[in-house]
Amino acid sequence: MTFGTLLGIWIAATLTIAIFSFLYRDNPLYKFAEHLYVGVSAAYWVVTTAKFTMQDMLVDVFITNWKAYQSTGSSTAFWEAMILIIPTILGIMMLTRWFGPKVNWISRWPIAFTVGLGAGLGITGAIQGFLLPQVQATLLPIWEPGISAAAPISGPQILIIVSNIVLIVGVIGTLIFFYFSRPHTGILGVGSRSGIVFIMIGFGAAFGYTVMARISLLIGRLDFLVNTWIGGTIRFIQDLVR
Amino acid sequence: MIFLIFLALSQMPDANGVAEAEMPVPPRPVDSLKVNDTPNDAGKSLDLAWQLSADTVRIAKYVVLRAESPQGPFTEIVQLMIPTDYYTDQDTLLENKKDYYYRVDVVDTAGLVASSEITGPVRPMAQWFNTARIPILVVTVFYSILVILYIELAKRDTGKMFVRRIAGLDAIDEAVGRSTEMGKPILFTFGIGYLTDIATIAALSILRRIAKRSAEYETRLIVPNYDPVVMAAAQETVKQGFVEAGRPDLYNDSDITFLTSDQFGYAAGVDGIITREKPGTIFLQGIFYAESLILAETGHNIGAIQIAGTVMPEQLPFFVAACDYTLLGEELFAASAYIDRDPQLLGSLKSEDMVKIVTVAIIALVSLVGTVGFILASYVHGWEENIIVKLYQIAVNLFTSA
Repeated sequence: MTFGTLLGIWIAATLTIAIFSFLYRDNPLYKFAEHLYVGVSAAYWVVTTAKFTMQDMLVDVFITNWKAYQSTGSSTAFWEAMILIIPTILGIMMLTRWFGPKVNWISRWPIAFTVGLGAGLGITGAIQGFLLPQVQATLLPIWEPGISAAAPISGPQILIIVSNIVLIVGVIGTLIFFYFSRPHTGILGVGSRSGIVFIMIGFGAAFGYTVMARISLLIGRLDFLVNTWIGGTIRFIQDLVR
Repeated sequence: MIFLIFLALSQMPDANGVAEAEMPVPPRPVDSLKVNDTPNDAGKSLDLAWQLSADTVRIAKYVVLRAESPQGPFTEIVQLMIPTDYYTDQDTLLENKKDYYYRVDVVDTAGLVASSEITGPVRPMAQWFNTARIPILVVTVFYSILVILYIELAKRDTGKMFVRRIAGLDAIDEAVGRSTEMGKPILFTFGIGYLTDIATIAALSILRRIAKRSAEYETRLIVPNYDPVVMAAAQETVKQGFVEAGRPDLYNDSDITFLTSDQFGYAAGVDGIITREKPGTIFLQGIFYAESLILAETGHNIGAIQIAGTVMPEQLPFFVAACDYTLLGEELFAASAYIDRDPQLLGSLKSEDMVKIVTVAIIALVSLVGTVGFILASYVHGWEENIIVKLYQIAVNLFTSA
C-alpha cells in the first residue's frame, strides 16, 4: 500500500466517522462533512452536466452532424443537427430567470414544456409499464390446468390455487381502496379494508427487506473502518518497520 | 481361399482411401438463410433466421457477416458460440432504407469454415406505427375519452363530484397552523424526482396550497431542491401561492434553493437544514428513494409534524412508520383534485376511477371465465380443449404490452 492510498483511506474513514457522529447529535464535525459533501457533489454535478450533457450530447453531436451535412449533403445529418436547436433554445429560455421581471416570464415556457412532456409520456408509460402487465398478471383462473378425476388435486396445486385467489382478491381490494368517487361504506368499505390490509402486509415485507439491505450497507461501512482503515494502517506501519 | 484373399484385400487401405480418410472435410453450411426487416422498429434492425448446419455437433461457432454489396467486403457482426438459428442485427451502423447482404459462416472445432449462400438485398425500414402497442393505444383512447367526458361533466357542476376524504390532505392546514403557532418555518421537499415525473407535478399543486396557507399565516416556507428545473417550477409555484394569498411581499427566492443533484448529498443537506432550522412541519411529497427514511427519521427526531406522500412502493413503509400522515400512491395524484376542486382535475380523477371499475370488472370476469373453462376441461370428457379456455387465453393475450 502506498502512502497516497493510505491517505485516501484516512480521509474516507474520517468523513465516515464525521457523518456517523450525527447519530449522537448535530456537531461541527458533521457540519463540515455535510457541507463538504453537498459542495463537492454539486460541483461534480455541474462538471458532469457540462461534459456529458452539454458537450457530448449537444455541442459535439451538433458539430459532427453539421460537418457531415456540409461534406455529404445528408438531410439526416442536417435534421439531426437542427433538432438540437430546440433544447438549446429551451435551455436559454430557462436562463431568463436571472434577468428581472420583464423577461423572466419566458422561463415558464420550458417549464410548461417539461411538465407537459412528463405528463404525456407518463400516461402511455404507466399504461404500458404498469396497468396492462398488472392486469394481465392478475387474469388468473382459480383452478389449475391438469387436475382431473384421474389425477386428483395435489398439495402444490392447492397452493397455486390459494395463491391465485390471494392475488385476485388483493388486487381488487387495493383498487377499491384507491377508488375516490364514493364513500367507503358497505361493500366498498369491505373491499377497501381488505385492500389496506394487503397494502400494509406488502409494506411490512418491503420494510423488512429494505432494512436488511440497509444493515448490509452498514456492515460494509464497518468492514471498511475495521479492515481497510485500521487493518490497512497497521499493515502499512508493519511494512515501514520491516 | 479366394474369399479370404478378397477379404484381406478389402481390409487393406489403398492410397486413395488413406487420402480420403485424412483429408479434412469442412462442415456443412447453414441452410435457408432468411433476412427480414424487424417489425415495429425505427429502421435500425434486421431479423436473421436459418436452419442449423447438419453437422451441428462439430460446429464451434456461427459467424454472422454483413456487407453493403453481394461482392463484399463482408464484415463480421457477431460470433454465436452456441447452436443458434436466429439473430437480430441491431448494429448502430445500420441505416434506414439501405441495402444489406448477409452470410452466415460455420466454423467447426478444427477451424474449418463453411459459408452459407449470400442473402440480400434487404433493407431495414422504419414503421410509423408499432402494431404491438395497439392495446396501449386502445386503453389510451378509452381513457382520454373518459377524461374529456368527465371534465365536461365536472364543468357543469363540480358540487356533484364527490371525492372521498384523504386524511393527509385534511391535515395540511392544521400542520401549517401548528408551525405558525410555534413560530417555526415549514419545510417542503420533492425528494429526488424530476419535473417529468408525474408525482413531482402532483406535488407542485400541494406545494401551491401550502404556500398559500403559509403566506396567509406569515410563516416561512423552505424548499430545498435536488433538480434545478424542479427548483424553478417550485419558485413559480410558491410565488403564485403567495400572490393568491395577497402577500407577494413575503416571497423570498432564497428560501427555494438548489442543494445538489447527488442523492445522499441532498439527503445530508436537507438533514442539516432540518436539524438547524427545526421546522415545525415537514412535507415530503414526490419521488423518494433510499433517502426517504433518512429524511423522515430526522424530521421525527426534531418533533416536526410530518406529512409524506409518494408513489414509490418501496419507500412508503418508511413514511408510514416515521410520519404522522402519508398519502399512499395515487392519493398523491388525487390530492390536487381534492384541494383545488378544479373541473379538469376532478374530471381526471373521476376518469381514473372509472378505469379502476373497468379493470376490476375485467379481472373478475376473465378470471371467472378461465376458472369455469379449466374446471370443465378437468372433469367433462371431450372438453379438454374447450372454447371457454380459448376465450380466456385470447383475453389474457389482449393485455400483452410491448
